[in-house]
Amino acid sequence: MLEVQNLSMRFGGLLAVDGVSLDVQEREIVSIIGPNGAGKTTVFNCLSGFYKPTGGKVIFEGKEIQGIPDYKISRLGMVRTFQHVRLFTQMTVVENLLVAQHRHLNTNMIAGLLGTPNYKEREQKALDRAAYWLERVGLLDLANRDAGNLAYGQQRRLEIARCMVTEPKLLMLDEPAAGLNPAETKELNQLIVSLKEDYNVSVVLIEHDMSLVMDISDRINVINQGKPLASGTPEEIRHNDDVIKAYLGEA
Amino acid sequence: MQDLLYFSQQLINGLTIGSAYALIAIGYTMVYGIIGMINFAHGEIYMIGAYTALIAITGLTALGLAWLPLILIVALLCAMLVSSSMGWAVERVAYRPVRGRHRLIPLISAIGMSIFLQNYVHLAQGSRNIGFPALIEGGFNFSADGAFEMSLSYMQITIFITTLICMTALSLFISRSRTGRACRAVSQDIGMASLLGIDTNRIISATFIIGAALAAVAGLLLGMYYGSVDPLFGFIAGLKAFTAAVLGGIGSIPGAMLGGLILGVSESMTSGYLSGEYKDVVSFGLLILILLFKPTGLLGKPEVEKI
Repeated sequence: MLEVQNLSMRFGGLLAVDGVSLDVQEREIVSIIGPNGAGKTTVFNCLSGFYKPTGGKVIFEGKEIQGIPDYKISRLGMVRTFQHVRLFTQMTVVENLLVAQHRHLNTNMIAGLLGTPNYKEREQKALDRAAYWLERVGLLDLANRDAGNLAYGQQRRLEIARCMVTEPKLLMLDEPAAGLNPAETKELNQLIVSLKEDYNVSVVLIEHDMSLVMDISDRINVINQGKPLASGTPEEIRHNDDVIKAYLGEA
Repeated sequence: MQDLLYFSQQLINGLTIGSAYALIAIGYTMVYGIIGMINFAHGEIYMIGAYTALIAITGLTALGLAWLPLILIVALLCAMLVSSSMGWAVERVAYRPVRGRHRLIPLISAIGMSIFLQNYVHLAQGSRNIGFPALIEGGFNFSADGAFEMSLSYMQITIFITTLICMTALSLFISRSRTGRACRAVSQDIGMASLLGIDTNRIISATFIIGAALAAVAGLLLGMYYGSVDPLFGFIAGLKAFTAAVLGGIGSIPGAMLGGLILGVSESMTSGYLSGEYKDVVSFGLLILILLFKPTGLLGKPEVEKI
């Protein structure tokens, strides 16, 4: 469903991403790994429309999307999270999920003032969906807390729930396990697998936590200094000499 | 008793003017909350609201309409409509084309917009002040045995009640409605809101429109209260309302309400106990003091540095 061909991104004299290609099939978890500064997040930023790539193609469901603005890409069903949590911290947990469904709602102010049945019905549906996902990520009890008051791991899960209420086809997670303890990482692990299995969502994952990557990925792409280094199944990557060299240095 | 009545009179006067300041201040604070910039044409939008209301009242009276509430409501709606379109236009002309540029650029274009609007009204309506008919007259008088009589006019009551209705409606809108929810999201993280599919341009337009509509309400009320309007009517009121917004913490709607009331009361207390000439000194002095000791204003939250 997603195909990236020969992607490159140049900042002045620095070629941050150079000829990266990858593809994601339906119901697949694909990871991008690499040492620090390898250009993983830059690839993400190009895919999600934060940057306009200087070369190459990004094709999502048969449509070229490189260079179109981020909000249009997210409307196509490709949503992302960031390395640092970006919740609306001064809004409640449930409001965070409702606001994410904004464009599916009837925002006609007059309908809102009159409280027309259509307006109420859609609001109810949005609430139901929010409640469902809160239950799913174990935050239903905290629905009316301010999002900024949640523990870090809870904020991470809320962020994923907020992506899911928009009913995406492809979810891009940038280091979702950063800062989580082993128990929380395990929970996250199960959550991501269930997104694929139960909700037919494809996932592109950037992650440093190798146990998480090796456990859940269907395929892994390794990049180093902006260039593709290797790609394959977790088993292949584990035994790839180039990858071992890049991570451990030359012997 | 005498002193108490005198004090209450100052308090009433201060709250009256302060609640009108608060209505204007909301426009500054909402726009700042969303795009982080001051709308320097806001005072002019308020002035245009007052003029529109005056024109509507004159027109309706000329048509032979005599039922006061109807005249007022129609005048209010006209003023809100015209001011809102102005607010919308200011954003389209002076802010949107230069959004994302250096912060000074929209500042200058907004000041240009303000000069343009002021001079447009000069040309269209003349530079002399025009009398505003006193439509709401009379009031309650309280007096102890002494000479001083405290009065609470119907006009003042109208200002309180109208302001109260507007504030309640705005608070409900912001906290309950979908558009209000989206406004809060955009003001916290505009990039994320856009990523989640909120049309941020529409929300920005909405804040300009809402702020302008409230300024128009204040324009009608203060026009009637002062009894006249002139093309510079918006300048000092805009400055005061801006002060009120900063005093209460710019970006915070309850802060703007509180700031307006504090400013109004401190002004009338100064006029009542010191001298009318000192009232601006005291209100801007107060602003300096608060900024020195609490730079974010009374209810403002410290800006968290985004990483």
